Amino acid sequence: MTDATDITPKRQSGLAEFWYYFTRSKGAVIGLLVFALVVLMAILAPLISPHLPNVQNQSMILLPPAWMNGGNSSFLLGTDAVGRDILSRLIYGSRYSLFIGIVVVSIAVVSGVLVGLIAGYLGGWVDSAIMRVMDVILAFPSLLLALVLVAILGPGLTNAMIAIALVDLPHFVRLTRAAVMTEKNKDYVVGSRVAGAGWLRLMFITILPNCLAPLIVQATLAFSSAILDAAALGFLGMGAQPPTPEWGTMLAEAREFIQRAWWVVTFPGLAILITVLAINLMGDGLRDALDPKLKRS
Amino acid sequence: MFGFFLRRLGLLIPTFIGVTLVSFLFIRLLPGDPIIAMAGERGVTPQRYQELVQQFGFDKPMMLQYFDYLRGVLHGDLGTSITTKRPVLAEFRNLFPATLELSICAIILAVALGIPAGVVAAVKRGSWIDQTLMGTALVGYSMPIFWWGLLLIIFFSGYLGWTPVSGRISLMYFFPPVTGFMLIDSLLSGQQGAFSSAVSHLILPSIVLATIPLAVIARQTRSAMLEVLGEDYVRTARSKGLAPFRVIGIHALRNALIPVVTTIGLQIGVLMAGAILTETIFSWPGVGKWMVDAVFKRDYPVVQGGLLLIAGIIMIVNLLVDVAYGFINPRVRK
Repeated sequence: MTDATDITPKRQSGLAEFWYYFTRSKGAVIGLLVFALVVLMAILAPLISPHLPNVQNQSMILLPPAWMNGGNSSFLLGTDAVGRDILSRLIYGSRYSLFIGIVVVSIAVVSGVLVGLIAGYLGGWVDSAIMRVMDVILAFPSLLLALVLVAILGPGLTNAMIAIALVDLPHFVRLTRAAVMTEKNKDYVVGSRVAGAGWLRLMFITILPNCLAPLIVQATLAFSSAILDAAALGFLGMGAQPPTPEWGTMLAEAREFIQRAWWVVTFPGLAILITVLAINLMGDGLRDALDPKLKRS
Repeated sequence: MFGFFLRRLGLLIPTFIGVTLVSFLFIRLLPGDPIIAMAGERGVTPQRYQELVQQFGFDKPMMLQYFDYLRGVLHGDLGTSITTKRPVLAEFRNLFPATLELSICAIILAVALGIPAGVVAAVKRGSWIDQTLMGTALVGYSMPIFWWGLLLIIFFSGYLGWTPVSGRISLMYFFPPVTGFMLIDSLLSGQQGAFSSAVSHLILPSIVLATIPLAVIARQTRSAMLEVLGEDYVRTARSKGLAPFRVIGIHALRNALIPVVTTIGLQIGVLMAGAILTETIFSWPGVGKWMVDAVFKRDYPVVQGGLLLIAGIIMIVNLLVDVAYGFINPRVRK
């Protein structure tokens, strides 16, 4: 036998190709930058926040932002009804939002992918049973189901996260199942089965990596919707409990002051909007970069 | 077509049983003694405790309890509210028109603005108009609607004083409900100013509730239009010399609307979730606010019944959407 010379053209690495398509979208890059800023803010919170989030200044109640009449330059975005610095609370609040997103998405992705793989790979009655359970979860409006679950489990951030993860679960199960079902009869899977690969290897090492693209996009969407849902539960009084500086909970506390002090209402909501928007921009960019059909259009 | 409908209906039965199981288990999953949990800080006398045990059938085996519950559901008996002592179904029937009226207005707004926005963005693809429209849509899609509602109240109700803050109609007007829809009832009442008061109460909640569906519909319309505009038959229509409006409005849009119709149908779940927040902010007396209040008052029969009814409505609407989709797109009928 002679040595075969390598004549395959040099291929761009997968990551480089992905980065090329991702950065073609200006929105995605902006989203990534803003998201990176929020992450930095969360990590550096104790260093950059001007005050502690829960310290009350009885002499500084409902102070307007610094640029307004009566503002104080050491409270840049003003103070709330018990004299806490809004900017510091927002900075610390970013920790909660990111934490919620990470925890919810981790629970939903890990369990959803597992259940979806089982449903898609085994098929038959197992698949039918799993999918009917998912249909039941999807029959309820997500926020209502989360609200009711929290009513059973008790209000609080941990229970809110569990409830939101459970509500998000069916999306991951369905996506994984659909991807597995299209992949499992392709030649490369049959080939590895013939070569003697066990079912665990087939599921996790052969099939799963080829189903990742839609899952990554869905995970991004779930991240932003988890932040929104947790804030909504906080706003309804069923999520994080005061005095936690969670953005939704801050809004709930601020509601009674909407006519007198616009800033206590405006800034927490703006923080939620900017974070969620940044993640969704990234999600759109990821979808375009990972979806071969869209690349051509 | 009928076979397709029956198949879809058949798929619904296990889901319906699952939904009844969830709402049945809800009260029984409450930590500790469910009756003590429902009583909360109010406490409960021993006689009342026994009454409630009997009412819920907690003294019977679980299977029997479930079958009793299922029989009740099928006969329209969803239990009695603890706070108002009225049947849950009757309360729901009273409040649902308010939610339905708000939802219909919201979806009309979302469709009326979302489809043209999507079409324009697709036709002007890549231009600043497209970028502005889709940027706005993404902001709408990312909006925490409870905050959006508060902002609108601050500006339009507080600062400009244009719209009322809460309720369905000014307290100055009183008339017996005929249809339950305030817009129609206020017209029927013949009282001067009643209709415009009802309209002014509806504007802000409708905008808030429409925000996310509007964004979703606009984005979906744009991508469906882009797909269709690249098709051969559209090019043929263009090369025949048809006016651009005719090509886009009639040839392209008709096919692009197929996936959009499904999207619109699927917004019902989004609307119900949105109604919970919107109705809470605007004190809108509908089923969303009713459910939130029930959770807080520990009125668990209401939560249980409401869950089942709302899920039931969503399931029926989804079935209708599926069937409508099969009707306009014969390929999915198989």
